Amino acid sequence: MLSYAVRRLLYSVVVLVAASFLVFTFVSLSGDPLGQLNLVPNLSEQSRQNVIDAKHLDDPIPVRYAYWAKDAVTNQFGTTLLGDRPILPDLWRVMKNTLQLVLIAELLAVLIAVVIGVYSARHQYSPFDYAATTFSFLGLATPAFWLALILQVLVVQVREATGHQIFPIASLSSVDHEGGLDFVLDRAHHLVLPVIVLTVASVAGYARYMRASMLEVINSDYVRTARAKGLPERTVTMKHAFRNALIPLVTLVALSFGNLLGGAIVVETIFSLDGMGLYFYNALLANDPYRVMAWLMVTATMIIVFNLVADLVYGYLDPRVRYD
Amino acid sequence: MTELGYEAGVELETRSQWAYVRIRFLRHRLAVGSLIVLILIALVGVFASQIAPYGYDELDIENASKGPTLEDWHLFGTDQLGRDYFSRVVFGVRTSLWVAVFVALVSTAIGTAIGAVAGYYGGKVDNLLMRFTDLVLTVPGLAVLLTASVFLGSGEPLQIGLILALLFWTTIARIVRGAFLSLREEDFVDAAKAAGASDLRVIARHMLPNCVGPIIVNATLAVAAAILVEAALSYLGLGIQPPNPALGRLINEGQSNGFELWWLVTFPGLVIVAIALCVNFVGDGLRDAFDPRQRRVRA
Amino acid sequence: MPDPVLALRDLTVEFDTEDGVVRAVTGVSYDLRRGEVLGIVGESGSGKTVSMLSVLGLIPVPPGRIVSGEALFDGEDLLTLKGRRLREIRGGPVAMIFQDPMSSLNPVLTIGDQIGEAIRAHSRETDEAAARARTITLLQLVGVPAPERRVDQYPHELSGGLRQRAMIAMAVANDPSVLIADEPTTALDVTIQAQILEVLKTAQRETQAAIVLITHDLGLIAELADRVVVMYAGRVVEIGDVFSIFESPRHPYTAGLLRSRAPLDSDGAGLEPIPGQPPSLISPPPGCPFHPRCVQSRGREVCRTELPELRAVAGAEHRSACHFAEELAGEARA
Repeated sequence: MLSYAVRRLLYSVVVLVAASFLVFTFVSLSGDPLGQLNLVPNLSEQSRQNVIDAKHLDDPIPVRYAYWAKDAVTNQFGTTLLGDRPILPDLWRVMKNTLQLVLIAELLAVLIAVVIGVYSARHQYSPFDYAATTFSFLGLATPAFWLALILQVLVVQVREATGHQIFPIASLSSVDHEGGLDFVLDRAHHLVLPVIVLTVASVAGYARYMRASMLEVINSDYVRTARAKGLPERTVTMKHAFRNALIPLVTLVALSFGNLLGGAIVVETIFSLDGMGLYFYNALLANDPYRVMAWLMVTATMIIVFNLVADLVYGYLDPRVRYD
Repeated sequence: MTELGYEAGVELETRSQWAYVRIRFLRHRLAVGSLIVLILIALVGVFASQIAPYGYDELDIENASKGPTLEDWHLFGTDQLGRDYFSRVVFGVRTSLWVAVFVALVSTAIGTAIGAVAGYYGGKVDNLLMRFTDLVLTVPGLAVLLTASVFLGSGEPLQIGLILALLFWTTIARIVRGAFLSLREEDFVDAAKAAGASDLRVIARHMLPNCVGPIIVNATLAVAAAILVEAALSYLGLGIQPPNPALGRLINEGQSNGFELWWLVTFPGLVIVAIALCVNFVGDGLRDAFDPRQRRVRA
Repeated sequence: MPDPVLALRDLTVEFDTEDGVVRAVTGVSYDLRRGEVLGIVGESGSGKTVSMLSVLGLIPVPPGRIVSGEALFDGEDLLTLKGRRLREIRGGPVAMIFQDPMSSLNPVLTIGDQIGEAIRAHSRETDEAAARARTITLLQLVGVPAPERRVDQYPHELSGGLRQRAMIAMAVANDPSVLIADEPTTALDVTIQAQILEVLKTAQRETQAAIVLITHDLGLIAELADRVVVMYAGRVVEIGDVFSIFESPRHPYTAGLLRSRAPLDSDGAGLEPIPGQPPSLISPPPGCPFHPRCVQSRGREVCRTELPELRAVAGAEHRSACHFAEELAGEARA
């Protein structure tokens, strides 16, 4: 198991480096930092030249990449295009907020989906199964941004009607609160709607997958053997069926993490949450390739780390891959 | 061998494979119903100019900010500038649908080509292509799309469609590659090669027809995914831009302060949900039609 | 004649499918005597596996359905069992070995874990250490080398032959009286098949169990079986002791099966398969199910219209379901 983990770790590092080069090339080719600069009125020639020197814009791409990579590692991703504001501190702050949102949503989604999936498979064609399937289809057809808006509309309509606002529809925390437990509760209250949006999108996909996986396993030969041995039904379901059915879900969750972060972009923008998503959106609107690249790198790292964890969980669940 | 009395009266109908697929699909009432709805919606899109009671940007200040009503055919209400949202949605549907279909077709073409090459040649070629695909996936798709749109995009539907297609191909590539990796071992491939068929011919005429099912299913599901992603991009202002109509854009423009005019956000969204739902049902029905899971019981 | 350890009486099993109701097994009756090896022969779709799966309640219901019949084990009708009593029987007095050991063993659990749970499911007092010790002993019995090492390995780490030995060990763990072996060698290489045969013989010696050997391989039957049941289209068409069946088959299907083997001394003369296809089990035609392919019938009316009964044709022990079984007497085997 240990050698498996080490192998996956080394592989992840290689992928990260490769991804960084890809990201840099992609952004450099498509964006033109000078373009944005040229839009600034009254920019002196000296200022312009300063930026060119600082960002090495005169040099070919591989050279620029080398400078940028060095900057990324040693100088906290450098500074923004205009205003020369250090990138990393901001990025770090928003990353923590987004991680809260995303990890809570993912955990919730997996738990709910597993329960729904297993129950649906055991009680195939029951009313619960049909309801769950309908919910899944609806969830997969609903754009996340629209769901977020509708939730906001509902809260506002309820407020108009009753004068009471059940959930906050913007920002991470209220302005006036005390620290400690009150802060945590207040944050949780603000995260309810955003988490709902992200969770719905994930549950819809995961639940169907879990159900399908569970059904396939329940009808497998080895589950039949387990029954033929005289094992109690509960043991057959949990020890034999469930554990095997969970394995493909791990892969799906790992692959979907990227989508979740993408969803965070949308959700944070709509709910005005000070997270990575909103940071990215603002960086795009400002046409700042340095912020965009830093963001892409940090996100890629998060995804790679998440995939690494998923690989390890997979290796733990399925002994067959440990020896490849 | 003397003549054997084969059972009289037992007719064996042999139908083509496509006929079986069609029969199985037609058994799924939900999928068939959804297909009908989709065709109707597509027709609305095609004949948008004839069906829409008003123009996309036709102002009518006197009737501004009205809720949905049958009066004057303002079925989806009007916005602050008096623009009829039903008409706007109808035009939006046209754009969104054809962009989504375009994305599905192009991404399927690219994905099938890459997946086929990777699966057929295997080894280093496969490794290289798959590593590349993995790399593309290390960054959230939406982020890449947004970045591409900002730096390259012009808001034109065709260009947005191309950008989307360039990200959507990975899913279908994976599937085709998987199918080809197993098909490669089949005897008929060796037979074709032994008969002197070129690689291209083997891939296109012999192997590809065998994975038509998953390809079609995925292409269908890609349409739904494309609609949803394009709507998100347009909502954020980084997708299809005015003056081109777009459903996502309509939702954005419908956000008034405090959500007073709630119908402006609701109806375009419901239409998106309806389209995506129907496409998914059809895709699901197709999936069952191409690969019915019979419970095998060995006697 | 002492009581049979397992007696099937008039078993009929159906399945609901997209295309209609499939009658997998119709009116099947046969006995399994203590300590004997009973071979059940037939093509795929003959109902040989379904009848045994029903005995242990392993037919998924729905879409399956036991329409009628009994499976008497020591006086108890197994088909009526549910819950705890059924679990006591499964893997205990009546155990089953399945065809493909790769798919029949749980890939994420060790061999020791899987055999151990079979042991502990049937004797609550056995703790983990005792179960492990017994598992190692069982693995030794079935001829697995280095059992102390193998017990902690996963199925994918074992070869096909070793996996099947492990399955056999699992089945005999609780000293069964009836051991059902469903195509135990079909998924294995020919060289391994002989080894597994030996393991089965050893298992029988150790447990004195009666073995039901389901197979389409006549060679296996010749090696192991004491008596033979021949099934076709969900029905029993012939029963007898192995020598009588092989030397003078009394049913055209059995004769056809024996003829279709390639004898060692053939000079390259063509093989003689049985022409045609097995009938659809959805709406079986009236009359004898085999008649469309039957050389013996020669299109006679009674074969087309009347279902032949299973009756004694050469002594009480040898029975056949053919209107013209007598005509087959004297035909030498190929």
